[in-house]
Amino acid sequence: MAAWRPGSKTVVLPLRRPFSSRGCQLAPERSAERRDAAPSRVSSFCPPRKSCHDWIGPPDKYSNLRPVHFYIPENESPLEQKLRELRQETQEWNQQFWANQNLTFHKEKEEFIHSRLKAKGLGLTAESGAKATLNAEEMAEFYKEFLSKNFQKHMYYNRDWYKRNFAITFFMAKVALERIWRKLPLKQKKSGT
Amino acid sequence: MAASPHTLSPRLLTGWIRGCIWHLERRAMQESPHRLLHLLRNVNQQWITFRHLTFLRRMYVTQLNRSLNQQVKPKPEPVAAPFLEKTSSDEAKAEIYEMSPLSAPGLSPSREPHAKEALELEAASVTEGPVAAGKEAKEERQWKEMKLRWDDLPGALARLSKIKLTALVVSTTSAGFALAPEPFDWTCFLLTFVGTGLASCAANSINQFFEVPFDSNMNRTKNRPLVRGQISPLLAVSFATCCAVPGVALLTWGVNPLTGALGVFNIFLYTCCYTPLKRVSIANTWVGAVVGAIPPVMGWTAATGSLDAGAILLGGILYSWQFPHFNALSWGLREDYSRGGYCMMSVTHPALCRRVALRHCLALIALSAAAPALDVTTWTFPVIALPINLYISYLGFRFYRDADRKSSRKLFFCSLWHLPLFLLLMLTCKRPAGRGDAREPQG
Repeated sequence: MAAWRPGSKTVVLPLRRPFSSRGCQLAPERSAERRDAAPSRVSSFCPPRKSCHDWIGPPDKYSNLRPVHFYIPENESPLEQKLRELRQETQEWNQQFWANQNLTFHKEKEEFIHSRLKAKGLGLTAESGAKATLNAEEMAEFYKEFLSKNFQKHMYYNRDWYKRNFAITFFMAKVALERIWRKLPLKQKKSGT
Repeated sequence: MAASPHTLSPRLLTGWIRGCIWHLERRAMQESPHRLLHLLRNVNQQWITFRHLTFLRRMYVTQLNRSLNQQVKPKPEPVAAPFLEKTSSDEAKAEIYEMSPLSAPGLSPSREPHAKEALELEAASVTEGPVAAGKEAKEERQWKEMKLRWDDLPGALARLSKIKLTALVVSTTSAGFALAPEPFDWTCFLLTFVGTGLASCAANSINQFFEVPFDSNMNRTKNRPLVRGQISPLLAVSFATCCAVPGVALLTWGVNPLTGALGVFNIFLYTCCYTPLKRVSIANTWVGAVVGAIPPVMGWTAATGSLDAGAILLGGILYSWQFPHFNALSWGLREDYSRGGYCMMSVTHPALCRRVALRHCLALIALSAAAPALDVTTWTFPVIALPINLYISYLGFRFYRDADRKSSRKLFFCSLWHLPLFLLLMLTCKRPAGRGDAREPQG
């Protein structure tokens, strides 16, 4: 996702950065904009100039996750930058995983339905003209198979998600403390004059 | 911490009413499209009341999502359910049960900005002209500034702490307190009440903190505050700590250390065992049942100071109740669980799921017979509770045999009224104090 700076007149298009590794990346590449396997939507959203907060969008069509536009303050400290980049990278990683997951699920579900209908000797449309479907009990086989097939993938994802979530929260706490610390001497100066 | 980790919300009734409203509105829409288009054109004008917006929202949400669903995923079964309000994960799962093919962003009329943004999204897809450009513009308006709004905060924190589920947990604790064979002490009761409530809030907040991407992908949980970005993860964790510390302190020093220890244990069990286990093994259901069983035990130990047979019995009753309740509910959520990577019996071991539900329905009959044997209630209790116990067992048997949506729904809805009625009957048949006890009963 793009980051924007206040006062900038150009619109930074938030093209999706490539997802290159499973590990935690703190400095995602900005140069080569490779499209990865997971489809993504290019949003032309640009927050208003006077806003100094992050902005959160509607759920993505594929991943159901809400994208965030991160605000970069002018006096961003190294810690704040680290936090922002971590959040940005985690967002992309999550987007990649869930978009792939959901699309794979729907694709395999369609294939399963088609193959079962074929085995039954039924066409893809029922007599009424509506799309032919399987009942819940027939679908249950597919759900079970899909879950067990993706079990390992989910284990890795869970482990990484927990690590990232803790890291982000930890950095958020550090940044909050840093901000409080920064404000303190200013307060003392003001009360002294 | 939960009455069950997946307990009903009183909003179920609200959901049904809203479903009826949906049907009426849908009919109205079919009859007067011109009026609606007129309204749409004036959608940005101030005189459009919120009622109009909600009306339009409902119609177009279902329209839009129906078409989206047909593109993205074929429906495995015909959708008969009306649009139903979203709830948090542990509340009113029946709503999602019915509407799982319809992924309407469950919105309540009280959330005006969301309603407007959904309305605008749908309005864009319906009007003619440069649809794509219109859509882009509408989507842009759906972006929200992630600024902490103080007037939104109480609502967001209430949803974070799953306040309705907490209320149910606290009511089972109160039942445990009231059933204990001690004179009713109001101070102790209030301290237990508040302490358990705070501990439950803390546990529920941490649960939501862990599950953000999974909640985003499931219909019933996708409007939670962390998913929507209303609060930050740091705030959620801070809130949880601010609830857990005073809650546990109240229980430990205000009531007794045993209750405090049980509170801490339950928070740990729910957040560090049940929540991660949901994605690893079906054993999570049994752990979750223990989580639901502990609050009434805490109520009992708060009153008596000891973990005696009556406490274990109450815990056992809540433990057994979890299975018909949750297993029936999860039967209709198999698709979401499979896609989200949740390991639930209904997906991986469907026969076991039904067997366990039936088994525990029968266990409830046995436990109600054990109540007078352990001096918790009189012998009237198993007799008067027999009809409801037999009925839930019958529905459990039907679910076991038929294994279909209809029987699972019936069992689930039965469990919702069965528990409060069961506890009420226990209270009315409570063994009077003074029987074998030298102390005088106090008011």
